[in-house]
Amino acid sequence: MSHSENWEVVIGLEVHVQLATESKIFSASSTRTGEEANRHASLIDLGMPGTLPVVNKEAIRNAIRFGLAIDADIARRSVFERKNYFYPDLPKGYQTTQLAEPVVGAGAVEIQMENGDKKVVRIHHAHLEEDAGKSLHEGFHGQTGIDLNRAGTPLIEIVSEPDMSGAEDAVAFARKLHSIVTSLGICDGDMSQGNMRFDVNISVRRPGEPLGTRTETKNLNSFRFMEKAIALEVARQIDVLEDGGEIVQETRLYNGDTHTARSMRTKEDANDYRYFPCPDLLPVMVSEEEIQTLRDQLPELPDARKARYIERYNLSAYDAELLSGSIATARYFEAAAEHGGDAKLAANWVMGELAAKLNAEDKDIAESPVSAEHLGELILRLKDGTISSKIAKQVFEACWNGDGSPDQIIEAQGLKQMSDSGELEKIVDQVIADSPAQVDDYRNADDAKRKKKIGFFVGQVMKATQGKANPQQVNQLLQQKL
Amino acid sequence: MHDKTLTELKAGLQAGDFSSRELTEHFLARIKQHDGKLNSFISVTEAQALQQADAADQAIAAGDHRLLTGLPIAHKDIFCTEGVRTSCGSRMLDNFIAPYTATAVEKMAQQGAVMLGKTNMDEFAMGSSNETSFYGPVKNPWDTERVPGGSSGGAAASLAARLAPGATGTDTGGSIRQPAALNGVTGLKPTYGRVSRWGMIAFASSLDQAGPLGLSAADCALMLQAMAGHDAKDSTCLNEPVDDYLGALAQNVDGLKIGVPEEFFPDNLDGAIADNAREAMRELEKQGAKLVKLSLPSIKLSVPAYYVIAPAEASSNLSRFDGVRFGYRCEDPKDLEDLYKRSRSEGFGAEVKRRILVGTYALSAGYYDAYYKRAQKVRRLIRNDFARAFKEVDVIMGPTSPETAFKLGAKADDPVNMYMADVFTIAVNLAGLPALSMPSGFVNGLPAGTQVIGNYFQEGRILSVAHRYQMATDWHQQAPGDFA
Repeated sequence: MSHSENWEVVIGLEVHVQLATESKIFSASSTRTGEEANRHASLIDLGMPGTLPVVNKEAIRNAIRFGLAIDADIARRSVFERKNYFYPDLPKGYQTTQLAEPVVGAGAVEIQMENGDKKVVRIHHAHLEEDAGKSLHEGFHGQTGIDLNRAGTPLIEIVSEPDMSGAEDAVAFARKLHSIVTSLGICDGDMSQGNMRFDVNISVRRPGEPLGTRTETKNLNSFRFMEKAIALEVARQIDVLEDGGEIVQETRLYNGDTHTARSMRTKEDANDYRYFPCPDLLPVMVSEEEIQTLRDQLPELPDARKARYIERYNLSAYDAELLSGSIATARYFEAAAEHGGDAKLAANWVMGELAAKLNAEDKDIAESPVSAEHLGELILRLKDGTISSKIAKQVFEACWNGDGSPDQIIEAQGLKQMSDSGELEKIVDQVIADSPAQVDDYRNADDAKRKKKIGFFVGQVMKATQGKANPQQVNQLLQQKL
Repeated sequence: MHDKTLTELKAGLQAGDFSSRELTEHFLARIKQHDGKLNSFISVTEAQALQQADAADQAIAAGDHRLLTGLPIAHKDIFCTEGVRTSCGSRMLDNFIAPYTATAVEKMAQQGAVMLGKTNMDEFAMGSSNETSFYGPVKNPWDTERVPGGSSGGAAASLAARLAPGATGTDTGGSIRQPAALNGVTGLKPTYGRVSRWGMIAFASSLDQAGPLGLSAADCALMLQAMAGHDAKDSTCLNEPVDDYLGALAQNVDGLKIGVPEEFFPDNLDGAIADNAREAMRELEKQGAKLVKLSLPSIKLSVPAYYVIAPAEASSNLSRFDGVRFGYRCEDPKDLEDLYKRSRSEGFGAEVKRRILVGTYALSAGYYDAYYKRAQKVRRLIRNDFARAFKEVDVIMGPTSPETAFKLGAKADDPVNMYMADVFTIAVNLAGLPALSMPSGFVNGLPAGTQVIGNYFQEGRILSVAHRYQMATDWHQQAPGDFA
């Protein structure tokens, strides 16, 4: 995008967060997923005539926890409304949600950029609502199946202000929200299961001009897709405008597999949802006491955790952000650091070797075959000189493949570093004796060249010891003897 | 047996004068014999009724006497009853066998009631004449060329014709009180939130309230005693202790202050109707009550406010009838839109469609503030009017309906004229107050009713007023000649 420098990008997000309550927001049905269709569809979830909703108080508490975590205003009174539209997986013909009086008011989230900068993204509000069911289009011979297991699962929809100016901001913000809700324990955070879904509002403008017409790209369920979808839409809008066209206000759908997007509906064919307060539910009243109790019970939040990492482990702000971001990563890191007695090494391993491996095999840190305790053990062996960092990678690999604990692997595969200097000295002597030409060459060289030339001898020694020699010790011995 | 009140039948069962089976068989036989002329039942649940009657007889034999043990009751077909068709008077639910039972029905069953069947009603309770039912109109037993009122027309007609000794109804804008008045029976709409709405198919959720219809205030007290109470399944059902309604009947009216709002006696009101209500109040005056003139200025706005709020809520409540999960589905839908359009066009009748359209319009973008929001403001004004009035008086009285039963079809083409039938009852629903209608004589040979409105949770008080009136009069004992 050679032209993008003349354009400013304005992004706002709407984020749906599935709350990890045991039961649904208005019925006693389980929120469990992955089971037989309609197993958890009660009379209420089916929208049976005569049934009535009763609000799940834990869902309200979870929304308030989120509000407290972003320092938002908590509404003492909030109101559920009906959003009316027809869809087969919307059993009542309306979604029960909040509009005029949401439970969580204005708040803010701070995001950390890779270059060390910080930004604040304001939250307009967050409201509670029920999820719809699922339409199943395969296996019904031209008909559509309806699975209402998900119908009525509690969601909070978090609506940001348009405070982001690019994909990097948006992804950092999305990750931060993920981090907050998983730290709070109010959401499982499994994006592949749709636990968090993002709608991205995007517009572009020339600097100094008023806001451009925005489009909404819906239902992005991974950070990677979000980043790509934003890049695609920004480029499209700039192309349209530079060709003298106009942006149409519309809802777009991004296909991650093909990296394409298409218009779903324009403003003209948008529904009139005819919101009005749900007469089956009373306004939700929250007392100061309840709010205070929830505030007192808040767990450590990502910002506090990050500050602690910087302070206690001396990590950079960016590294601290990465490690504190996901509660699972934070737990892993802290356990590994504890066990290995070295936070810096633990941080390097978690963000380096482990992250690469998890990424390559598309695994979550919670499913890592190398446990935090194993990584800690590996760090211990590195620190006490039992193994070199090169061997450590080999041990890590073996541990990943299920060959046992690092200690077992080191023992079984004889990977212990040579610490007997007498034995090493013999090998060094042998290498020198075997390479007279190189020895002469080395001795005739000046200091600068010698530093390079010694590498040959180190390599030979390491080869002879199958990498088990301590490279520092080898260097020292060679310098003495040569 | 059928000329006795529920209270008398209860005593008869306890004394062993007859069994619940005999009683139930008697009413089932009467339904068979007479309901062809009235069409007051949509379903008669004979087998189930006899089973429940036998169980009641065993309970009685074992000394287990509950509030309603062995007493046959007819339920409005708006209440879900497990395993029994629950049609709500609509083609839409003609095939709907409810998979669960409404709390109000369940509570009566727990007190030993026997369900005779499900009574006819205006479709989805939308109507004041029982002519909008998919199952055809109900006839008024006092004159079968006339309507029984609505929407609980089947309930009121079956009672008046002595086909059932007790009945349930629902009242959104007068649907218990107006048919009670037109059939010469007693009907009570409790305080909003007094009886659970769980299992009662919603028309307008913020107004709907279930209540009893009986041959006397005492019968209504007996049934309400069983129906009322908190239900965790209905968030709008209030957690207030249930009063002793039967005990409350002992109160007299000495010193009772009866508010008489000028708005219930407008200049254009039929003089005979006005006189009838005034006569009823005079009877109470004789017993020591004091009449206090007052004004409820905002209730002039109650009909227009009601016809915004009720259709608005209905338009949303009836969205679930989409042909997807239950109820009527059109033949061979081409696609989803066709399925929706034809299922709803074919499944709903004209009045229901009219109200869905009105409600959809009232909630639409750009109209919401002008209609729905304003109607809610009017509602607050009406509530305030009543609150002011109840600082001065104990109950408020007036005619239940501006007219007696009209001819079938007389208002079929004039919905607005039909809506005026509820002009005296609607304000009570908007305010959420309890009110009853009691028979207060005849106008041109047709029953007329007088309404007694109480303050919140004052069901006991208004029942006692009606009971005192009924101790001094015999209007409530009159039965239509053809069905005596």
